[in-house]
Amino acid sequence: MSDQTQTDRARPEPIKAVPVRHPGRWLAIAVLAVLTAMFLHLILTNDQFRWSFIFNSYEPGKRGVMFTEPVLEGLRGTLLLTVTSMAIGVVFGVVIAIMRLSDNWILRGVAFVYTWFFRAVPRLVLAVLFGNLNILWDRIGFGLPFDQQIGKLFGIDDLNAQFYSVKASDLLAGFVAGMLALGLSEAAYMAEIVRAGIQSIDPGQAEAATALGLSRSQVLRRVVLPQAMRVIVPPTGNEVIAMVKDTSLVAFVPVTFELFFQLNAIKARTFVVLPVLVAAVIWYLIICTVLMVAQYFVERHFGRGYGTAGQARQRLRNIQAEQGSSSTAGGVT
Amino acid sequence: MTVEMVRADNVHKSFGSLEVLKGVDLVVNAGEVCCVLGPSGSGKSTFLRCVNHLEKINAGKIFVDGDLVGYHERGGKLHEMKGKDVARQRRSIGMVFQRFNLFPHMTSLQNVMEAPCRVKKESKAEVRERAASLLERVGLGSKIDAYPGMLSGGQQQRVAIARALAMRPKLMLFDEPTSALDPELVGEVLDVMKDLARDGMTMVVVTHEIGFAREVGDQVVFMDGGVVVEKGSPAEILANPKHERTQAFLSKVL
Ligand SMILES: Nc1ncnc2c1ncn2[C@@H]1O[C@H](COP(=O)(O)OP(=O)(O)OP(=O)(O)O)[C@@H](O)[C@H]1O
Ligand SMILES: [Mg+2]
Repeated sequence: MSDQTQTDRARPEPIKAVPVRHPGRWLAIAVLAVLTAMFLHLILTNDQFRWSFIFNSYEPGKRGVMFTEPVLEGLRGTLLLTVTSMAIGVVFGVVIAIMRLSDNWILRGVAFVYTWFFRAVPRLVLAVLFGNLNILWDRIGFGLPFDQQIGKLFGIDDLNAQFYSVKASDLLAGFVAGMLALGLSEAAYMAEIVRAGIQSIDPGQAEAATALGLSRSQVLRRVVLPQAMRVIVPPTGNEVIAMVKDTSLVAFVPVTFELFFQLNAIKARTFVVLPVLVAAVIWYLIICTVLMVAQYFVERHFGRGYGTAGQARQRLRNIQAEQGSSSTAGGVT
Repeated sequence: MTVEMVRADNVHKSFGSLEVLKGVDLVVNAGEVCCVLGPSGSGKSTFLRCVNHLEKINAGKIFVDGDLVGYHERGGKLHEMKGKDVARQRRSIGMVFQRFNLFPHMTSLQNVMEAPCRVKKESKAEVRERAASLLERVGLGSKIDAYPGMLSGGQQQRVAIARALAMRPKLMLFDEPTSALDPELVGEVLDVMKDLARDGMTMVVVTHEIGFAREVGDQVVFMDGGVVVEKGSPAEILANPKHERTQAFLSKVL
């Protein structure tokens, strides 16, 4: 019935209406345009920026401050520190999250205390603290714990049951101290992120997997974590970017093998302040831009995707999901 | 000789101070279909979950195919089973849930292959073939590469049945398998279950589908308030229930 009436009637003229004016919007755009012009004018014409100091040569016979050897070395240090401390953070974070969700109250308690401590203490304080922890020990080794005390119990003076040890001030200083301070602190945040991810998964998933005879670790690795990744990845991207910037805190350990420390050293030596800071800003902008692009792709992968599936099938699913309901694919991430 | 596939002796289960099962006795013989009816909150799901030890019982005993569920009995004392041994017991018990619980990040085929590959470590090629033929059997041969999100509820539940069958269970537990489905999708799932029953699978089915119980059930059990109030053949229970609570329940459902 209704089909017929529709075909019978002529299609009305497309609507041609005068759009609503938005004078406020135009005003805002105008203000922003002026501000942008002022900013560009400032950085292009003000010679205090000393762009050639930054890009070309900061001293006769040397490259610009951004590309000089110690700064590039520092950049490598910053990236290495980011990667290693994030790796520590993710691995420990997953372990602590699992402890936090354990049936055993001791494991839960330990995980809670860990998270409590490392979230409460500022990273700057942790960095300085870890740089000075080595005064607690002479040597740090791996072997039987409490070996000296146990030796005394049996009447042996100075029992040494450490099969490998190094001088504490060699091991727990500089880079390693900075890496541990950042990594252990990161683990506390990652633990919360992973816990939220795991808890967001319907318990029916774990139940179905358990009923099939999967072991506890298989349930976690095969069923729960792959789904939890969709919730875990976006905040983890934030954490990585925050970590890049927080690596500059290890200058207080002190670690010299770090971007901002190296730039600061040049600043102190040449008494040129602003251009060195601008160089630092540019490097951090570049690193974070690269990471944000990477995060976009990783998020897209997990947000729509379903880890173990073949790429082609995944794409097919994505297309069909998008056609079916446009909210599911994009809405999740 | 008949083999007792499930035997529950005086099973008690409490959640905190709430006693949900207050002494359930039940025997299901091999090859039998046992339909469990009862009002909401009577402990039907809880009992089913106890049979494959998803819940620990507080008193009583449950045997599946002659083996005590969840415990070793040595010298008159019960020892809790290790997780690995419980998992081994669960392999031979398939379970189908009201809300399907398919793994959304895996295709139908992967859902069905997961347990045989990971738990039994069977060869992938062989499992793939078996999984595909199981999906064929439940009428989803064309959907092996579809993700659960792309399937209708009835299709998802049929994949879930295939997933449970892939472990070659000797017992299947169904917890209201059609309650979350639109009316027109109920039939396709019940058809798969009838087919299974005809093939001699031992099944315990919690359901509100009286028609299914009448047609397929060898035994109908009515539970209320954490106990089995009445059990018998479908004809006895559904046509002339003796207990007034059964009568009251059936008068509402029929
Ligand atoms: N994990 C749990 N913790 C606490 N109480 C629970 C838990 N699971 C079930 N219960 C309680 O046990 C009682 C029986 O629940 P059960 O799910 O077995 O009922 P049911 O017969 O399956 O009902 P329905 O037909 O609604 O599914 C209910 O009162 C419920 O609240
Ligand atoms: Mg129930």
